[in-house]
Amino acid sequence: MAKKRTVRSIPQERTPVRELDPLERSANFEEVNCGYTETEAVLESQRCLYCPDPKCIAGCPVSINIPGFIERIGERDFRGAYDIITGTNLLPAVCGRVCPQENQCEGVCVVGENLVPVAIGRMERFVGDLAISNSWVNIPYIDPTRFRIGIVGSGPAGMACAADMAKAGCDVTVYEAFHEAGGVLRYGIPEFRLPNSVVDAEIEKLKMLGVKFECNTLVGRLFTIRQMLTELGFDAVFIGTGAGYPTMLGIPGDSLNGVLSANELLTRCNLMRARDFPNVDTPLPLGKHVVVVGAGNTAMDALRVSKRLGAASVTCLYRRSKAEAPARAEEVHHAEQEGIEFHWLSAPVEILDDGDGSVCAIRCIKMELGEPDASGRRRPMPIGGSEFEIETDQVVFAIGTNANPIIGQTSDLKLNKRGYIDTDADMMTSMAGVFAGGDIVTGAATVIEAMGAGRKAARGMKKFLGIRDVGPISSGPARFGINTREQNYRRVRTM
Amino acid sequence: MNRFEIVAREDYSDVTFMLEVLHPMMARAANPGQFVIVMSHAEGERIPLTIADFDRDKGTITLVIQAVGKSTMEMQTICQVGGSLYGLAGPMGIPSHLSDARKAICVGGGLGVAPVFPQARAFKQNGAYVIGVLGFRNKDLIFWEDKFRTICDELIICTDDGSAGIKGFVTDGINLALKHHQDIDEVIAIGPPVMMKASADATRAAGIRTMVSLNPIMVDGTGMCGGCRVKVGEEVRFACVDGPDFDGHAVDFDDLMVRLRRYKEEERVATERWSETCRMRATAVDPIEMPDIG
Ligand SMILES: Cc1cc2nc3c(=O)[nH]c(=O)nc-3n(C[C@H](O)[C@H](O)[C@H](O)COP(=O)(O)OP(=O)(O)OC[C@H]3O[C@@H](n4cnc5c(N)ncnc54)[C@H](O)[C@@H]3O)c2cc1C
Ligand SMILES: Cc1cc2nc3c(=O)[nH]c(=O)nc-3n(C[C@H](O)[C@H](O)[C@H](O)COP(=O)(O)OP(=O)(O)OC[C@H]3O[C@@H](n4cnc5c(N)ncnc54)[C@H](O)[C@@H]3O)c2cc1C
Ligand code: SF4
Ligand code: FES
Repeated sequence: MAKKRTVRSIPQERTPVRELDPLERSANFEEVNCGYTETEAVLESQRCLYCPDPKCIAGCPVSINIPGFIERIGERDFRGAYDIITGTNLLPAVCGRVCPQENQCEGVCVVGENLVPVAIGRMERFVGDLAISNSWVNIPYIDPTRFRIGIVGSGPAGMACAADMAKAGCDVTVYEAFHEAGGVLRYGIPEFRLPNSVVDAEIEKLKMLGVKFECNTLVGRLFTIRQMLTELGFDAVFIGTGAGYPTMLGIPGDSLNGVLSANELLTRCNLMRARDFPNVDTPLPLGKHVVVVGAGNTAMDALRVSKRLGAASVTCLYRRSKAEAPARAEEVHHAEQEGIEFHWLSAPVEILDDGDGSVCAIRCIKMELGEPDASGRRRPMPIGGSEFEIETDQVVFAIGTNANPIIGQTSDLKLNKRGYIDTDADMMTSMAGVFAGGDIVTGAATVIEAMGAGRKAARGMKKFLGIRDVGPISSGPARFGINTREQNYRRVRTM
Repeated sequence: MNRFEIVAREDYSDVTFMLEVLHPMMARAANPGQFVIVMSHAEGERIPLTIADFDRDKGTITLVIQAVGKSTMEMQTICQVGGSLYGLAGPMGIPSHLSDARKAICVGGGLGVAPVFPQARAFKQNGAYVIGVLGFRNKDLIFWEDKFRTICDELIICTDDGSAGIKGFVTDGINLALKHHQDIDEVIAIGPPVMMKASADATRAAGIRTMVSLNPIMVDGTGMCGGCRVKVGEEVRFACVDGPDFDGHAVDFDDLMVRLRRYKEEERVATERWSETCRMRATAVDPIEMPDIG
């Protein structure tokens, strides 16, 4: 390395990324953020200080060696950067796009104390995309074991666990209830944020590792978790069924026609491609004046999808202020650019009927922030006499989810009082050999946390099965044509 | 591999047809009251259909479908023996709770006739006295009469025009049965919402437990979207994971009926487009082959 970099010597401005014009893009589903070019990525890499005590790594839920991969980008060793990232993160092209970096790595980046933090997410995405377009995969030398692993749910938690177990030489099958794999990445997050081609590419990589996908399979009902261990002959099972079951508004009028959950809106639009109706069969009648309640990622997606489907006005209602909005900062910013109207500090109190069972307006009340509540955020309190009405023909609610009941109904796994699955430190449930992770354990969280949980469960599984990770047999490139840089696993009997 | 292969088909009338689909694992897992979500092709809708019967030895499940709109009319055309379904997930929903009723009335109307069959059979196998009440618009639409005769101790057929059985709606059949039997423990009613509502009303005064199987519009069938929510008593329940069976005396049927109208306009557009395509096929000089769904 040349001269030591300091905050003063590095490029002061964050390298901007090209984005589609807000006016144009709000009428189509093309990806908004175009991603860095090679030159831009290399330029941005020069902003990293290579801190001796990198805060960013601690801020990353899966502890990616961030300065390590940034340094490779600086050296234009992109493949090297990819190898470093995929040492811990299975899905760089996905996470670079959807992680809330401002609360994670970028939120604690040392540069951020004085300047805009290093654009870690954009560089990660650059590397992930480059890997997809060059078909890079790190197929490790796999030492097969005789273990069979069943994974329930094909979201990020299930995919991460599947990948690690496949690399450990196990025969892995992923079961998915829907007709396509990917979980929220497929049915929830819209194409303008995460193109389907990226999800497809990541799934393809798992298939190359030997992972099998079985869609149209509702576990619990078609066969139970116990049957997986007995009749189906799996040695261990991972449950990553995600958080389903949207929370209702619980206000008068919430079952009127035109009131629907963001999950329903997004599933119809993304998974069922209802935006092409009537060329596809699933309908999605859209209101002219759409109101979305909530300000998380799901709400932002619902707002921006509604806009793209042609709504004349799209309004967001959130009972706290912008500072408390749980969505990624970039999404709120993009939504604002696209002409979404925000009513911060406003809560719905009643949805009004047009006399024919459909929505005609929503009555709201203004809020102010009081003392902090259990979540540490200031509690919103209604302001008396501040009610107002918004004319609307479609109300979408995105105010959180509850645990999906199916696995609970069909097994005797121990659940916590909110209905999520209880696990121990190794992510094992109350049933020996059955592990769980992701939203079904923590409640709605993030892609990277779900992935981290899937990997942690894989470690627990290996321990349970007596598969021990052994380090690289030899460092350096291929030996007898086999890439031995990748980790190998050897099964050691402990029983 | 031909997944979800259609191994048998029978047409009961020009709107009702039966498909037997090969899915040994599902045949083993299915219980009365459960349903599947079907996609007939990749651009299709996910539509819920009750498992009207299952054969664990043959490894098949039976669906009885009424062609009422685009998806079901299209299935009527393209789902032929040897073909297969694009998607088939299930069995979904909580199996019907098989009570220890000694005497039960099983009511089926329209598209509810087939779904009530496995429940009636389960009662019979449990040693109950089973009275079947089936409603059809007219004589020509009647199907499965023989099948029901083998498991019912009494069978009352009702037709709107009196062309077979008694003239009237299923509620007339229920009232008839109630008149002759004072000791009915339970009524199961499956069919269009109006019919289930009327059936529940017919038994309310006598306070007879009346279970209905609700059919709201669904998407995933796994509890993820909330599109299938129904009002039962004071609560909001999701029919796909909390049902589809509910206490008929507590269900808000008016709410259900309003919600079923949600996509009326789109359903009309889709059905018209489909009929138009069919007409064009029919009048084409060279017969166009039906889409290959294998
Ligand atoms: C609209 C939306 C936008 C989001 N945006 C972001 C974002 O920008 N950044 C971010 O970090 N996070 C975001 N999240 C959150 C993130 O997507 C989730 O935390 C993450 O996907 C959870 O992963 P998972 O693997 O636990 O479950 P999921 O992704 O929910 O996957 C679970 C899968 O299991 C399947 N399944 C369920 N039950 C069964 C069963 N019984 N048998 C078989 N299969 C079953 C489901 O069909 C589903 O495919 C968003 C979520 C939503 C809904
Ligand atoms: C749990 C459950 C079990 C069912 N079992 C059967 C069955 O065994 N046999 C059968 O023929 N039908 C059954 N249905 C109804 C069937 O799903 C609908 O008839 C079908 O989805 C209509 O689709 P379409 O495109 O052909 O008609 P569309 O043109 O979409 O609709 C035509 C009419 O059907 C109603 N409809 C639309 N979607 C649904 C729906 N999901 N559920 C109920 N009504 C709907 C509409 O309100 C409209 O009046 C069941 C529905 C549910 C929820
Ligand atoms: S904290 Fe920021 S500057 Fe320091 S190593 Fe990480 S990315 Fe580079
Ligand atoms: S169909 Fe989506 S929750 Fe029931």
